[in-house]
Amino acid sequence: MSVVFTILQRDLLLAWRRTAQVLQPLAFFIVVTLLFPLGYTPELAQLRQIAPGVLWVAALLASMLALESLFRDDAADGTLEQFVLSGQPLAALLFGKTVAHWLLTGLPLAVVAPLIGVALGVPSAAMPGIICALCLGTVSLSLIGAIGAGLTLGVRRGGVLASLLTLPLAVPVLVFGARATELSIAGGSPAGALYLLAALMVLGLTLAPLAAAAAVRIGVE
Amino acid sequence: MDWTWFHKFGSPPHVYRLAGRLTPWFAWPAAITILIGLYGGLVLAPPDYQQGDGFRIIYVHAPSAWLSVMIYTTMASAAFVGLVWRMKVAHAVAASCAGIGAWFTAVSLVTGMLWGKPMWGTYWVWDPRLTAQLILLFLFFGYMALRAAIDDPSRADRASALLAVVGIVNVPIIRFSVDWWNSIHQAPSVMKLGRPTMPVDMLVPLLLMLLGFTLYFVAVLTIRLRAEVLRRERQASWLREVLD
Repeated sequence: MSVVFTILQRDLLLAWRRTAQVLQPLAFFIVVTLLFPLGYTPELAQLRQIAPGVLWVAALLASMLALESLFRDDAADGTLEQFVLSGQPLAALLFGKTVAHWLLTGLPLAVVAPLIGVALGVPSAAMPGIICALCLGTVSLSLIGAIGAGLTLGVRRGGVLASLLTLPLAVPVLVFGARATELSIAGGSPAGALYLLAALMVLGLTLAPLAAAAAVRIGVE
Repeated sequence: MDWTWFHKFGSPPHVYRLAGRLTPWFAWPAAITILIGLYGGLVLAPPDYQQGDGFRIIYVHAPSAWLSVMIYTTMASAAFVGLVWRMKVAHAVAASCAGIGAWFTAVSLVTGMLWGKPMWGTYWVWDPRLTAQLILLFLFFGYMALRAAIDDPSRADRASALLAVVGIVNVPIIRFSVDWWNSIHQAPSVMKLGRPTMPVDMLVPLLLMLLGFTLYFVAVLTIRLRAEVLRRERQASWLREVLD
């Protein structure tokens, strides 16, 4: 457990010293969602209908964009190899990295979601549900993404490939997340969809670090 | 228990010869069953009381859809064996499966669309099964793209194998989520195919086609496996003896 915290601390410190880079996915998320009123219609009533899809597809794309930075620097300077050789459980180390990655790229999306929601005509009563859904869903996206990023280590222009590998696997998150958002906007209870999102997250927390560790092992050899 | 027969599968020359010997044993029965199945399905089976002759595309559609899922499972199982026991031949099997699986998935999608046009009035409906099939196609593409992107063959083998195993864990979840997604969004009335229980003279040809397609898959797999083994072992000395 202390290993996870050490890595978490290290990654957050590194990110703190390069704030601009960390903010890119967040800025991307905001810009993409704000393009929809421009490209579709400024009518709030109509925007409200497509808001779940817009929010979730943008979140999905933003987290794919963020994937590239997950292992890239550590792979380039040999830190990942040292992880593998360190004798510490690799899955725990990578789990720490993934949590840090989520705190930096997933959680901010949930935090700015109310702002975007307002711009898309979402009623404020729906915000708690949307924030919960994005919090739960982005954890799964980061976890799945870690597997994709691990598999494409050392591949030239691995970013696009990592997205191609990861997006089909992220379909359930998209489906349940968008559904929870839609239910919240309609004034219903999003509990069912949120439970399913949470179930996906738990499954991801259990299995994804192991798969990511296996992927990184293959990648750094 | 004697495990020699299992360990023999680790030897490329043995597998190369075995695959060569097996090919006709699957290819001929496949050809015969498919011909009988087609005759039964296209000529002997009565027209459907609602869909008329249009339903007959099921004799290609259903077997391809069944195979697409079965091939993904086969691929993932072979990949798993390759990962765990580090068997090069298992990786070769998985690699040979991917192309065939992607084709059958594409065939099931195209026939599904052709069937949809007269029945639902449109080529594409966001029907859960069609959607799940489309995602499966992208899973195959991802597998092939990853394999193609990594230069080192052994790394490509293991990375793509891991992806296949992760994919097979996800396939049931994707199917479930897609079912859930559409069953809420859309009334299923369009999709009712008016097929309470199939009469025997429709069902038997369908089962024959299923069997025939599966045999055909195995036959093609043995051929592709031989090609894959040849490609991987092109430097090996045993090949010279076999080919001369």
